[in-house]
Amino acid sequence: MADLRLRARPTRGGPAGPLAKIKSRSGPRRRQRALELLFLLPAIAYLVPFFGYPVVKNLLMGFQNYTTRTFYTGEAPWVGFDNYVTVVKSAVFDKALVNTLLFTVGSIAGQFVIGLAIAVYFRRRFPLAGVLRSLLLLPWLIPLIVSSAIWRWILDQDNGALNRFLGGLHLIGGGRPGWLTSTSLALVACIIVNVWIGIPFNTTILYGGLQNIPDELYEAAELDGATGWKAFRYITWPQLRPVVSVVLVLGVVYTLKVLDIILGLTGGGPANATQTIATQSYHLSFVEFDFGQGAALSNILIVISALFAFIYLRANRRALDE
Amino acid sequence: MSERLNGGWGKTVAGVLILAVLLFPVYWMVNVSLQPSGSAVGTPWIPIHLSLRGYTQALHDQGGHLATSMIISLGSVVFSLLIATPAAYALAHFRVRGAGLVLLGILVSQMVPGIVVANALYSAYNDLGLLNSIGGLILADSTAGIPFAMLILRAFMLDIPSEVVEAAWVDGAGPIRSFVSVVLPMSRNALVTAALFTFLFTWGDFLFALTLTTTENVRPVTLGLFTYIGSYVKDWSSVMATAVLASIPALVLLVVAQRYVAAGTTAGAIK
Repeated sequence: MADLRLRARPTRGGPAGPLAKIKSRSGPRRRQRALELLFLLPAIAYLVPFFGYPVVKNLLMGFQNYTTRTFYTGEAPWVGFDNYVTVVKSAVFDKALVNTLLFTVGSIAGQFVIGLAIAVYFRRRFPLAGVLRSLLLLPWLIPLIVSSAIWRWILDQDNGALNRFLGGLHLIGGGRPGWLTSTSLALVACIIVNVWIGIPFNTTILYGGLQNIPDELYEAAELDGATGWKAFRYITWPQLRPVVSVVLVLGVVYTLKVLDIILGLTGGGPANATQTIATQSYHLSFVEFDFGQGAALSNILIVISALFAFIYLRANRRALDE
Repeated sequence: MSERLNGGWGKTVAGVLILAVLLFPVYWMVNVSLQPSGSAVGTPWIPIHLSLRGYTQALHDQGGHLATSMIISLGSVVFSLLIATPAAYALAHFRVRGAGLVLLGILVSQMVPGIVVANALYSAYNDLGLLNSIGGLILADSTAGIPFAMLILRAFMLDIPSEVVEAAWVDGAGPIRSFVSVVLPMSRNALVTAALFTFLFTWGDFLFALTLTTTENVRPVTLGLFTYIGSYVKDWSSVMATAVLASIPALVLLVVAQRYVAAGTTAGAIK
Protein backbone atom coordinates (compact mmCIF):
# COMPACT_ATOMS: atom_id res chain seq x y z
CA MET A 1 0.00 0.00 0.00
CA ALA A 2 1.45 3.26 -1.13
CA ASP A 3 0.47 5.20 1.96
CA LEU A 4 2.28 2.76 4.18
CA ARG A 5 5.38 2.84 2.07
CA LEU A 6 5.64 6.60 2.19
CA ARG A 7 7.40 6.55 5.50
CA ALA A 8 9.94 3.95 4.55
CA ARG A 9 11.69 5.67 1.67
CA PRO A 10 14.36 3.36 0.39
CA THR A 11 17.51 5.18 -0.54
CA ARG A 12 18.94 3.03 -3.23
CA GLY A 13 22.00 4.18 -5.08
CA GLY A 14 23.27 6.57 -2.47
CA PRO A 15 21.45 9.19 -0.49
CA ALA A 16 20.58 11.51 -3.34
CA GLY A 17 20.04 9.10 -6.22
CA PRO A 18 21.31 10.03 -9.65
CA LEU A 19 21.76 13.68 -8.82
CA ALA A 20 24.54 13.18 -6.31
CA LYS A 21 26.99 12.14 -8.95
CA ILE A 22 25.93 14.71 -11.49
CA LYS A 23 26.19 17.45 -8.90
CA SER A 24 29.72 16.57 -7.95
CA ARG A 25 30.82 16.13 -11.51
CA SER A 26 29.35 18.89 -13.59
CA GLY A 27 27.00 21.80 -13.86
CA PRO A 28 26.23 24.54 -11.43
CA ARG A 29 24.08 23.50 -8.48
CA ARG A 30 21.51 26.12 -9.20
CA ARG A 31 20.73 24.57 -12.57
CA GLN A 32 20.09 21.20 -10.90
CA ARG A 33 17.81 22.78 -8.34
CA ALA A 34 15.84 24.46 -11.09
CA LEU A 35 15.51 21.18 -12.97
CA GLU A 36 14.39 19.34 -9.85
CA LEU A 37 11.83 21.98 -9.15
CA LEU A 38 10.65 21.89 -12.74
CA PHE A 39 9.38 18.34 -12.19
CA LEU A 40 7.56 19.23 -9.01
CA LEU A 41 6.27 22.65 -9.93
CA PRO A 42 3.16 21.65 -11.92
CA ALA A 43 1.93 19.53 -9.00
CA ILE A 44 2.52 22.33 -6.50
CA ALA A 45 0.84 24.78 -8.87
CA TYR A 46 -2.19 22.50 -8.85
CA LEU A 47 -2.32 21.41 -5.21
CA VAL A 48 -2.11 24.94 -3.83
CA PRO A 49 -5.20 26.40 -5.55
CA PHE A 50 -7.24 23.18 -5.43
CA PHE A 51 -6.52 22.01 -1.87
CA GLY A 52 -4.70 24.80 -0.04
CA TYR A 53 -6.89 27.65 -1.22
CA PRO A 54 -10.23 25.92 -0.49
CA VAL A 55 -9.21 25.09 3.09
CA VAL A 56 -8.06 28.65 3.79
CA LYS A 57 -10.99 30.20 1.93
CA ASN A 58 -13.44 28.02 3.86
CA LEU A 59 -11.84 29.06 7.12
CA LEU A 60 -12.32 32.73 6.21
CA MET A 61 -15.84 32.26 4.83
CA GLY A 62 -16.84 30.73 8.15
CA PHE A 63 -16.35 34.16 9.73
CA GLN A 64 -18.13 36.06 6.99
CA ASN A 65 -21.68 36.82 6.03
CA TYR A 66 -21.21 35.24 2.62
CA THR A 67 -24.43 34.89 0.61
CA THR A 68 -25.64 35.33 -2.97
CA ARG A 69 -25.54 39.08 -2.36
CA THR A 70 -21.77 38.76 -2.06
CA PHE A 71 -21.58 37.67 -5.70
CA TYR A 72 -23.25 40.90 -6.85
CA THR A 73 -21.87 43.44 -4.40
CA GLY A 74 -18.56 41.80 -3.63
CA GLU A 75 -19.16 42.48 0.06
CA ALA A 76 -18.84 39.79 2.70
CA PRO A 77 -18.97 41.48 6.11
CA TRP A 78 -17.00 39.89 8.96
CA VAL A 79 -19.35 38.50 11.58
CA GLY A 80 -17.02 36.79 14.04
CA PHE A 81 -18.39 33.51 15.33
CA ASP A 82 -22.00 34.26 14.34
CA ASN A 83 -22.10 31.52 11.68
CA TYR A 84 -20.78 28.92 14.10
CA VAL A 85 -23.28 29.94 16.79
CA THR A 86 -26.20 29.85 14.35
CA VAL A 87 -25.16 26.52 12.87
CA VAL A 88 -24.53 24.78 16.19
CA LYS A 89 -27.69 26.15 17.80
CA SER A 90 -29.94 25.17 14.91
CA ALA A 91 -32.30 22.26 15.54
CA VAL A 92 -30.80 20.32 12.64
CA PHE A 93 -27.27 20.30 14.08
CA ASP A 94 -27.86 17.83 16.92
CA LYS A 95 -29.77 15.56 14.59
CA ALA A 96 -27.05 15.78 11.91
CA LEU A 97 -24.30 15.10 14.45
CA VAL A 98 -26.05 11.99 15.79
CA ASN A 99 -26.86 10.84 12.25
CA THR A 100 -23.23 11.31 11.17
CA LEU A 101 -22.11 9.22 14.13
CA LEU A 102 -24.67 6.45 13.53
CA PHE A 103 -24.07 6.45 9.78
CA THR A 104 -20.29 6.23 10.20
CA VAL A 105 -20.27 3.62 12.97
CA GLY A 106 -23.00 1.54 11.32
CA SER A 107 -21.40 1.66 7.88
CA ILE A 108 -17.90 0.85 9.09
CA ALA A 109 -19.04 -1.99 11.35
CA GLY A 110 -21.13 -3.57 8.58
CA GLN A 111 -18.54 -3.15 5.82
CA PHE A 112 -15.73 -4.40 7.97
CA VAL A 113 -17.39 -7.48 9.45
CA ILE A 114 -18.89 -8.65 6.14
CA GLY A 115 -15.76 -7.67 4.21
CA LEU A 116 -13.53 -9.61 6.61
CA ALA A 117 -15.80 -12.66 6.54
CA ILE A 118 -15.69 -12.74 2.74
CA ALA A 119 -11.93 -12.15 2.68
CA VAL A 120 -11.39 -15.06 5.09
CA TYR A 121 -13.69 -17.24 3.00
CA PHE A 122 -11.73 -16.45 -0.16
CA ARG A 123 -8.43 -17.14 1.54
CA ARG A 124 -9.00 -20.80 0.87
CA ARG A 125 -8.24 -21.62 -2.70
CA PHE A 126 -11.02 -23.09 -4.79
CA PRO A 127 -11.91 -23.14 -8.48
CA LEU A 128 -12.94 -19.76 -9.94
CA ALA A 129 -12.04 -17.91 -6.72
CA GLY A 130 -10.08 -15.30 -8.67
CA VAL A 131 -12.92 -14.56 -11.08
CA LEU A 132 -15.45 -14.31 -8.24
CA ARG A 133 -13.18 -11.97 -6.31
CA SER A 134 -12.82 -9.55 -9.17
CA LEU A 135 -16.56 -9.58 -9.91
CA LEU A 136 -17.02 -8.63 -6.26
CA LEU A 137 -15.40 -5.27 -7.03
CA LEU A 138 -18.31 -4.19 -9.20
CA PRO A 139 -20.36 -2.34 -6.54
CA TRP A 140 -17.25 -0.30 -5.73
CA LEU A 141 -16.40 0.61 -9.32
CA ILE A 142 -19.80 1.80 -10.55
CA PRO A 143 -20.59 5.48 -9.87
CA LEU A 144 -22.09 6.12 -6.43
CA ILE A 145 -25.07 7.91 -7.92
CA VAL A 146 -25.81 4.80 -10.01
CA SER A 147 -25.87 2.72 -6.83
CA SER A 148 -28.24 5.24 -5.27
CA ALA A 149 -30.55 5.01 -8.27
CA ILE A 150 -30.59 1.19 -8.19
CA TRP A 151 -31.32 1.08 -4.47
CA ARG A 152 -33.97 3.81 -4.72
CA TRP A 153 -35.96 1.40 -6.86
CA ILE A 154 -35.13 -1.76 -4.87
CA LEU A 155 -36.22 -0.06 -1.63
CA ASP A 156 -39.34 1.49 -3.13
CA GLN A 157 -42.26 1.06 -0.76
CA ASP A 158 -44.90 -0.18 -3.20
CA ASN A 159 -43.02 -1.83 -6.05
CA GLY A 160 -39.49 -2.32 -4.71
CA ALA A 161 -37.85 -5.70 -5.05
CA LEU A 162 -37.09 -5.88 -1.32
CA ASN A 163 -40.67 -5.44 -0.15
CA ARG A 164 -41.95 -7.81 -2.84
CA PHE A 165 -39.39 -10.39 -1.70
CA LEU A 166 -40.22 -9.95 1.99
CA GLY A 167 -43.94 -10.01 1.19
CA GLY A 168 -43.52 -13.21 -0.82
CA LEU A 169 -41.91 -14.84 2.21
CA HIS A 170 -44.72 -13.48 4.41
CA LEU A 171 -42.11 -11.75 6.55
CA ILE A 172 -44.07 -8.51 6.43
CA GLY A 173 -47.80 -8.16 6.88
CA GLY A 174 -50.09 -5.78 5.03
CA GLY A 175 -48.09 -2.67 5.94
CA ARG A 176 -45.09 -2.52 3.66
CA PRO A 177 -42.19 -0.67 5.30
CA GLY A 178 -41.28 2.58 3.59
CA TRP A 179 -37.54 2.10 3.70
CA LEU A 180 -36.73 5.56 2.36
CA THR A 181 -39.87 7.41 3.39
CA SER A 182 -40.20 6.50 7.07
CA THR A 183 -38.26 8.64 9.53
CA SER A 184 -37.33 5.59 11.59
CA LEU A 185 -36.08 3.45 8.68
CA ALA A 186 -34.44 5.89 6.25
CA LEU A 187 -31.11 6.13 8.06
CA VAL A 188 -30.95 2.34 8.39
CA ALA A 189 -31.59 2.07 4.65
CA CYS A 190 -28.77 4.55 3.89
CA ILE A 191 -26.41 2.57 6.11
CA ILE A 192 -27.34 -0.70 4.37
CA VAL A 193 -26.61 0.81 0.96
CA ASN A 194 -23.31 2.30 2.13
CA VAL A 195 -22.30 -1.05 3.63
CA TRP A 196 -23.03 -2.66 0.27
CA ILE A 197 -20.82 -0.12 -1.50
CA GLY A 198 -17.99 -0.49 1.03
CA ILE A 199 -17.75 -4.30 1.17
CA PRO A 200 -15.54 -4.69 -1.95
CA PHE A 201 -12.96 -2.19 -0.66
CA ASN A 202 -12.76 -3.87 2.76
CA THR A 203 -12.62 -7.35 1.25
CA THR A 204 -9.86 -6.43 -1.21
CA ILE A 205 -7.56 -4.75 1.30
CA LEU A 206 -8.14 -7.38 4.01
CA TYR A 207 -7.65 -10.17 1.48
CA GLY A 208 -4.31 -8.62 0.57
CA GLY A 209 -3.38 -8.62 4.26
CA LEU A 210 -4.42 -12.25 4.67
CA GLN A 211 -2.20 -13.27 1.75
CA ASN A 212 0.80 -11.96 3.67
CA ILE A 213 0.26 -14.28 6.64
CA PRO A 214 2.62 -17.23 6.17
CA ASP A 215 0.95 -20.62 5.85
CA GLU A 216 3.54 -22.08 8.22
CA LEU A 217 1.88 -20.26 11.11
CA TYR A 218 -1.38 -22.06 10.45
CA GLU A 219 0.39 -25.38 9.98
CA ALA A 220 2.19 -24.98 13.30
CA ALA A 221 -1.05 -24.01 15.01
CA GLU A 222 -2.82 -26.99 13.53
CA LEU A 223 -0.26 -29.27 15.16
CA ASP A 224 -1.11 -27.61 18.46
CA GLY A 225 -4.78 -28.22 17.81
CA ALA A 226 -5.67 -24.62 16.97
CA THR A 227 -7.99 -24.60 13.96
CA GLY A 228 -11.10 -22.73 12.90
CA TRP A 229 -12.08 -20.00 15.33
CA LYS A 230 -8.99 -20.50 17.49
CA ALA A 231 -6.70 -20.10 14.50
CA PHE A 232 -8.52 -16.90 13.58
CA ARG A 233 -8.36 -15.57 17.14
CA TYR A 234 -4.67 -16.29 17.76
CA ILE A 235 -3.10 -16.05 14.29
CA THR A 236 -5.25 -14.26 11.71
CA TRP A 237 -6.43 -11.39 13.90
CA PRO A 238 -3.09 -10.39 15.49
CA GLN A 239 -1.26 -10.73 12.16
CA LEU A 240 -3.90 -8.68 10.40
CA ARG A 241 -3.93 -5.83 12.93
CA PRO A 242 -1.90 -3.26 10.90
CA VAL A 243 -4.04 -3.77 7.79
CA VAL A 244 -7.18 -3.57 9.93
CA SER A 245 -6.25 -0.14 11.24
CA VAL A 246 -5.55 1.17 7.73
CA VAL A 247 -8.92 -0.09 6.51
CA LEU A 248 -10.79 1.36 9.49
CA VAL A 249 -9.14 4.79 9.40
CA LEU A 250 -9.60 5.21 5.65
CA GLY A 251 -13.15 3.96 6.07
CA VAL A 252 -13.99 6.53 8.73
CA VAL A 253 -12.35 9.42 6.86
CA TYR A 254 -14.28 8.56 3.69
CA THR A 255 -17.58 7.79 5.40
CA LEU A 256 -17.60 11.10 7.29
CA LYS A 257 -17.71 12.99 4.00
CA VAL A 258 -20.23 10.82 2.14
CA LEU A 259 -22.64 12.97 0.16
CA ASP A 260 -23.60 11.30 -3.11
CA ILE A 261 -25.28 8.27 -1.58
CA ILE A 262 -27.48 10.16 0.86
CA LEU A 263 -28.40 12.89 -1.62
CA GLY A 264 -29.31 10.25 -4.19
CA LEU A 265 -31.32 8.09 -1.80
CA THR A 266 -33.20 10.52 0.40
CA GLY A 267 -31.80 14.02 -0.10
CA GLY A 268 -31.35 14.16 3.67
CA GLY A 269 -35.04 13.61 4.36
CA PRO A 270 -37.64 12.69 5.40
CA ALA A 271 -37.74 15.49 7.98
CA ASN A 272 -33.90 15.52 8.24
CA ALA A 273 -33.92 11.85 9.28
CA THR A 274 -30.85 11.19 7.14
CA GLN A 275 -29.24 14.64 7.30
CA THR A 276 -25.55 14.43 8.18
CA ILE A 277 -23.00 17.18 8.77
CA ALA A 278 -21.81 16.79 5.17
CA THR A 279 -25.26 16.89 3.57
CA GLN A 280 -26.40 19.73 5.81
CA SER A 281 -23.30 21.71 4.84
CA TYR A 282 -24.17 21.15 1.18
CA HIS A 283 -27.74 22.22 1.92
CA LEU A 284 -26.69 25.45 3.62
CA SER A 285 -24.28 26.44 0.83
CA PHE A 286 -25.97 25.28 -2.33
CA VAL A 287 -29.67 25.19 -1.50
CA GLU A 288 -29.99 28.10 0.93
CA PHE A 289 -26.96 29.87 -0.60
CA ASP A 290 -25.58 30.81 2.80
CA PHE A 291 -21.97 30.02 2.06
CA GLY A 292 -20.77 31.40 5.40
CA GLN A 293 -22.85 28.95 7.41
CA GLY A 294 -22.09 26.12 4.99
CA ALA A 295 -18.38 26.82 5.41
CA ALA A 296 -18.69 26.94 9.21
CA LEU A 297 -20.37 23.54 9.25
CA SER A 298 -17.89 21.95 6.86
CA ASN A 299 -15.04 23.30 9.01
CA ILE A 300 -16.58 21.46 11.95
CA LEU A 301 -16.53 18.35 9.75
CA ILE A 302 -12.80 18.83 9.06
CA VAL A 303 -12.13 19.17 12.79
CA ILE A 304 -14.02 15.94 13.53
CA SER A 305 -12.06 14.21 10.78
CA ALA A 306 -8.71 15.57 12.00
CA LEU A 307 -9.55 14.72 15.61
CA PHE A 308 -10.20 11.15 14.62
CA ALA A 309 -6.96 10.91 12.62
CA PHE A 310 -5.05 12.37 15.58
CA ILE A 311 -6.52 9.88 18.06
CA TYR A 312 -5.70 7.11 15.64
CA LEU A 313 -2.10 8.24 15.18
CA ARG A 314 -1.58 8.50 18.95
CA ALA A 315 -3.11 5.11 19.62
CA ASN A 316 -0.97 3.67 16.88
CA ARG A 317 2.22 5.17 18.24
CA ARG A 318 1.45 3.76 21.68
CA ALA A 319 0.90 0.34 20.14
CA LEU A 320 4.25 0.62 18.39
CA ASP A 321 6.06 1.76 21.52
CA GLU A 322 4.88 -1.22 23.50
CA MET B 1 0.48 -25.14 -0.52
CA SER B 2 -1.05 -27.23 2.21
CA GLU B 3 -4.02 -29.53 1.64
CA ARG B 4 -6.15 -27.49 3.99
CA LEU B 5 -6.15 -24.48 1.70
CA ASN B 6 -7.50 -26.36 -1.27
CA GLY B 7 -11.26 -26.35 -1.17
CA GLY B 8 -13.22 -28.18 -3.83
CA TRP B 9 -16.10 -27.15 -6.04
CA GLY B 10 -18.36 -27.09 -3.00
CA LYS B 11 -16.59 -23.89 -1.97
CA THR B 12 -17.13 -22.50 -5.44
CA VAL B 13 -20.88 -23.08 -5.20
CA ALA B 14 -21.08 -21.26 -1.87
CA GLY B 15 -18.85 -18.50 -3.28
CA VAL B 16 -21.19 -18.07 -6.25
CA LEU B 17 -24.13 -17.82 -3.85
CA ILE B 18 -22.40 -15.11 -1.79
CA LEU B 19 -21.68 -13.24 -4.99
CA ALA B 20 -25.23 -13.67 -6.27
CA VAL B 21 -26.60 -12.01 -3.13
CA LEU B 22 -24.07 -9.17 -3.30
CA LEU B 23 -24.52 -8.55 -7.00
CA PHE B 24 -28.31 -8.80 -6.97
CA PRO B 25 -28.68 -4.99 -7.20
CA VAL B 26 -26.53 -4.97 -10.35
CA TYR B 27 -28.64 -7.77 -11.81
CA TRP B 28 -31.78 -5.87 -10.89
CA MET B 29 -30.52 -2.77 -12.67
CA VAL B 30 -30.00 -4.75 -15.89
CA ASN B 31 -33.30 -6.60 -15.47
CA VAL B 32 -35.38 -3.44 -15.01
CA SER B 33 -33.54 -1.68 -17.84
CA LEU B 34 -34.73 -4.40 -20.25
CA GLN B 35 -38.40 -4.23 -19.29
CA PRO B 36 -40.81 -3.06 -21.97
CA SER B 37 -43.31 -1.28 -19.70
CA GLY B 38 -42.30 2.19 -18.66
CA SER B 39 -43.70 1.98 -15.16
CA ALA B 40 -41.89 -1.29 -14.38
CA VAL B 41 -44.55 -2.03 -11.77
CA GLY B 42 -44.29 -5.66 -10.74
CA THR B 43 -41.12 -6.27 -12.73
CA PRO B 44 -40.75 -10.03 -13.32
CA TRP B 45 -37.79 -11.55 -11.47
CA ILE B 46 -36.25 -12.60 -14.75
CA PRO B 47 -36.60 -10.58 -17.96
CA ILE B 48 -39.00 -12.53 -20.17
CA HIS B 49 -40.05 -9.96 -22.74
CA LEU B 50 -36.84 -8.15 -23.56
CA SER B 51 -37.13 -4.64 -24.81
CA LEU B 52 -34.57 -1.98 -25.65
CA ARG B 53 -37.13 0.80 -25.34
CA GLY B 54 -35.53 1.94 -22.08
CA TYR B 55 -32.21 2.30 -23.85
CA THR B 56 -33.56 4.31 -26.79
CA GLN B 57 -35.25 6.64 -24.32
CA ALA B 58 -32.09 6.85 -22.18
CA LEU B 59 -29.88 7.62 -25.17
CA HIS B 60 -32.36 10.22 -26.35
CA ASP B 61 -32.44 11.94 -22.93
CA GLN B 62 -28.91 11.31 -21.71
CA GLY B 63 -26.79 10.70 -24.82
CA GLY B 64 -25.37 14.21 -24.69
CA HIS B 65 -24.62 13.87 -20.98
CA LEU B 66 -22.76 10.62 -21.64
CA ALA B 67 -20.65 12.41 -24.24
CA THR B 68 -19.96 15.25 -21.78
CA SER B 69 -18.86 12.73 -19.15
CA MET B 70 -16.57 11.06 -21.66
CA ILE B 71 -14.89 14.35 -22.65
CA ILE B 72 -14.42 15.46 -19.04
CA SER B 73 -13.08 12.05 -17.98
CA LEU B 74 -10.58 11.81 -20.82
CA GLY B 75 -9.52 15.41 -20.21
CA SER B 76 -9.02 14.70 -16.53
CA VAL B 77 -6.90 11.61 -17.31
CA VAL B 78 -4.56 13.57 -19.58
CA PHE B 79 -4.35 16.53 -17.21
CA SER B 80 -3.82 14.40 -14.08
CA LEU B 81 -1.07 12.31 -15.64
CA LEU B 82 0.70 15.40 -17.02
CA ILE B 83 0.78 16.92 -13.54
CA ALA B 84 1.31 13.81 -11.45
CA THR B 85 3.90 11.84 -13.42
CA PRO B 86 6.87 14.25 -13.27
CA ALA B 87 6.03 15.03 -9.65
CA ALA B 88 5.93 11.34 -8.74
CA TYR B 89 9.33 10.90 -10.38
CA ALA B 90 10.77 13.84 -8.46
CA LEU B 91 9.35 12.52 -5.19
CA ALA B 92 10.76 9.05 -5.83
CA HIS B 93 14.24 9.89 -7.11
CA PHE B 94 15.21 13.48 -6.29
CA ARG B 95 16.12 14.92 -2.94
CA VAL B 96 14.01 17.99 -3.45
CA ARG B 97 13.49 20.42 -0.63
CA GLY B 98 9.79 20.47 0.17
CA ALA B 99 9.19 16.96 -1.15
CA GLY B 100 8.10 15.81 2.29
CA LEU B 101 5.72 18.72 2.44
CA VAL B 102 4.16 17.76 -0.89
CA LEU B 103 3.71 14.17 0.31
CA LEU B 104 2.14 15.32 3.54
CA GLY B 105 -0.09 17.62 1.52
CA ILE B 106 -1.31 14.71 -0.59
CA LEU B 107 -2.13 12.64 2.48
CA VAL B 108 -3.91 15.51 4.23
CA SER B 109 -5.81 16.27 1.03
CA GLN B 110 -7.48 12.88 1.40
CA MET B 111 -9.12 14.20 4.55
CA VAL B 112 -10.49 17.37 2.98
CA PRO B 113 -14.18 16.76 2.27
CA GLY B 114 -15.23 17.46 -1.31
CA ILE B 115 -17.86 19.86 -0.04
CA VAL B 116 -15.11 22.12 1.33
CA VAL B 117 -13.44 22.28 -2.06
CA ALA B 118 -16.77 22.84 -3.80
CA ASN B 119 -17.73 25.57 -1.33
CA ALA B 120 -14.60 27.58 -2.04
CA LEU B 121 -14.36 26.81 -5.75
CA TYR B 122 -17.90 27.98 -6.41
CA SER B 123 -17.14 31.60 -5.63
CA ALA B 124 -13.72 31.44 -7.30
CA TYR B 125 -15.21 29.84 -10.42
CA ASN B 126 -17.94 32.45 -10.40
CA ASP B 127 -15.34 35.20 -10.53
CA LEU B 128 -13.24 33.45 -13.15
CA GLY B 129 -16.17 32.45 -15.34
CA LEU B 130 -15.39 28.76 -14.92
CA LEU B 131 -18.87 27.70 -13.77
CA ASN B 132 -20.65 25.56 -16.38
CA SER B 133 -17.47 24.84 -18.27
CA ILE B 134 -15.81 21.60 -19.32
CA GLY B 135 -12.40 22.96 -18.29
CA GLY B 136 -13.66 23.93 -14.85
CA LEU B 137 -14.98 20.44 -14.22
CA ILE B 138 -11.79 18.81 -15.51
CA LEU B 139 -9.75 20.90 -13.06
CA ALA B 140 -12.05 20.22 -10.10
CA ASP B 141 -12.48 16.49 -10.84
CA SER B 142 -8.72 16.06 -10.97
CA THR B 143 -8.65 16.66 -7.19
CA ALA B 144 -9.41 12.93 -6.95
CA GLY B 145 -7.11 11.73 -9.73
CA ILE B 146 -3.94 13.74 -9.12
CA PRO B 147 -3.20 12.71 -5.50
CA PHE B 148 -4.07 9.10 -6.33
CA ALA B 149 -1.88 9.09 -9.45
CA MET B 150 1.01 10.70 -7.57
CA LEU B 151 0.89 8.09 -4.79
CA ILE B 152 0.64 5.09 -7.06
CA LEU B 153 3.25 6.32 -9.57
CA ARG B 154 5.68 7.30 -6.83
CA ALA B 155 5.34 3.90 -5.15
CA PHE B 156 6.06 2.26 -8.50
CA MET B 157 8.97 4.53 -9.44
CA LEU B 158 10.68 3.87 -6.11
CA ASP B 159 11.21 0.37 -7.45
CA ILE B 160 13.02 1.59 -10.56
CA PRO B 161 16.71 1.27 -9.61
CA SER B 162 18.57 4.57 -9.57
CA GLU B 163 21.36 2.92 -11.53
CA VAL B 164 19.11 2.58 -14.54
CA VAL B 165 18.31 6.28 -14.54
CA GLU B 166 21.90 7.19 -13.76
CA ALA B 167 23.12 5.18 -16.72
CA ALA B 168 21.00 7.30 -19.01
CA TRP B 169 22.36 10.46 -17.41
CA VAL B 170 25.90 9.31 -17.89
CA ASP B 171 25.13 8.58 -21.53
CA GLY B 172 24.44 12.25 -21.93
CA ALA B 173 20.68 12.27 -21.70
CA GLY B 174 19.42 15.18 -19.63
CA PRO B 175 16.98 14.67 -16.80
CA ILE B 176 14.04 15.40 -19.04
CA ARG B 177 15.16 13.03 -21.80
CA SER B 178 15.99 10.22 -19.38
CA PHE B 179 12.59 10.74 -17.78
CA VAL B 180 10.80 10.50 -21.10
CA SER B 181 12.82 7.71 -22.69
CA VAL B 182 13.71 5.56 -19.65
CA VAL B 183 11.38 6.19 -16.71
CA LEU B 184 8.10 6.58 -18.57
CA PRO B 185 8.37 3.36 -20.62
CA MET B 186 9.34 1.43 -17.49
CA SER B 187 6.33 2.82 -15.62
CA ARG B 188 3.85 1.76 -18.25
CA ASN B 189 1.77 -0.50 -15.98
CA ALA B 190 1.53 2.07 -13.21
CA LEU B 191 0.57 4.73 -15.75
CA VAL B 192 -2.22 2.55 -17.10
CA THR B 193 -3.51 1.87 -13.57
CA ALA B 194 -3.39 5.56 -12.67
CA ALA B 195 -5.14 6.49 -15.93
CA LEU B 196 -7.90 3.93 -15.45
CA PHE B 197 -8.67 5.01 -11.91
CA THR B 198 -8.52 8.70 -12.74
CA PHE B 199 -11.02 7.99 -15.49
CA LEU B 200 -13.33 6.14 -13.09
CA PHE B 201 -13.10 8.84 -10.39
CA THR B 202 -14.00 11.59 -12.84
CA TRP B 203 -16.65 9.54 -14.61
CA GLY B 204 -18.33 8.90 -11.25
CA ASP B 205 -18.00 12.45 -9.94
CA PHE B 206 -21.29 13.84 -8.76
CA LEU B 207 -20.48 16.54 -6.21
CA PHE B 208 -18.62 18.91 -8.56
CA ALA B 209 -21.12 18.32 -11.34
CA LEU B 210 -23.87 19.23 -8.88
CA THR B 211 -22.24 22.30 -7.37
CA LEU B 212 -20.17 23.80 -10.19
CA THR B 213 -22.83 23.75 -12.88
CA THR B 214 -25.97 25.83 -12.78
CA THR B 215 -27.38 25.28 -16.26
CA GLU B 216 -27.89 22.30 -18.54
CA ASN B 217 -25.13 23.39 -20.93
CA VAL B 218 -22.49 21.17 -19.35
CA ARG B 219 -24.07 18.21 -17.61
CA PRO B 220 -22.29 14.90 -16.91
CA VAL B 221 -24.37 11.74 -16.86
CA THR B 222 -24.17 11.40 -13.07
CA LEU B 223 -26.04 14.68 -12.70
CA GLY B 224 -28.36 13.64 -15.53
CA LEU B 225 -29.21 10.49 -13.60
CA PHE B 226 -29.70 12.47 -10.40
CA THR B 227 -32.18 14.83 -12.03
CA TYR B 228 -33.88 11.76 -13.54
CA ILE B 229 -34.52 10.32 -10.08
CA GLY B 230 -34.90 13.72 -8.39
CA SER B 231 -38.56 14.03 -9.26
CA TYR B 232 -41.29 11.41 -9.22
CA VAL B 233 -40.13 8.63 -11.52
CA LYS B 234 -42.65 7.23 -13.95
CA ASP B 235 -40.24 5.40 -16.21
CA TRP B 236 -37.83 3.23 -14.24
CA SER B 237 -36.68 1.20 -17.23
CA SER B 238 -35.05 4.21 -18.87
CA VAL B 239 -33.60 5.31 -15.50
CA MET B 240 -32.02 1.88 -15.14
CA ALA B 241 -30.92 1.89 -18.78
CA THR B 242 -29.09 5.15 -18.03
CA ALA B 243 -27.60 3.52 -14.92
CA VAL B 244 -26.36 0.61 -17.05
CA LEU B 245 -24.85 2.98 -19.62
CA ALA B 246 -23.16 4.93 -16.82
CA SER B 247 -21.72 1.66 -15.46
CA ILE B 248 -20.18 0.56 -18.75
CA PRO B 249 -16.69 1.99 -18.00
CA ALA B 250 -16.59 0.01 -14.74
CA LEU B 251 -17.73 -3.16 -16.51
CA VAL B 252 -15.22 -2.74 -19.35
CA LEU B 253 -12.48 -2.16 -16.82
CA LEU B 254 -13.29 -5.34 -14.92
CA VAL B 255 -13.27 -7.44 -18.07
CA VAL B 256 -10.43 -5.88 -20.06
CA ALA B 257 -8.08 -4.49 -17.45
CA GLN B 258 -8.55 -6.78 -14.48
CA ARG B 259 -4.93 -6.91 -13.42
CA TYR B 260 -4.62 -3.13 -13.45
CA VAL B 261 -7.72 -2.85 -11.29
CA ALA B 262 -6.26 -5.28 -8.77
CA ALA B 263 -3.04 -3.25 -8.74
CA GLY B 264 -4.95 -0.03 -8.19
CA THR B 265 -7.10 -1.27 -5.34
CA THR B 266 -4.19 -2.58 -3.31
CA ALA B 267 -1.55 -0.01 -4.24
CA GLY B 268 -3.60 3.08 -3.72
CA ALA B 269 -5.99 2.01 -1.02
CA ILE B 270 -7.85 5.23 -1.58
CA LYS B 271 -11.09 6.43 -2.97
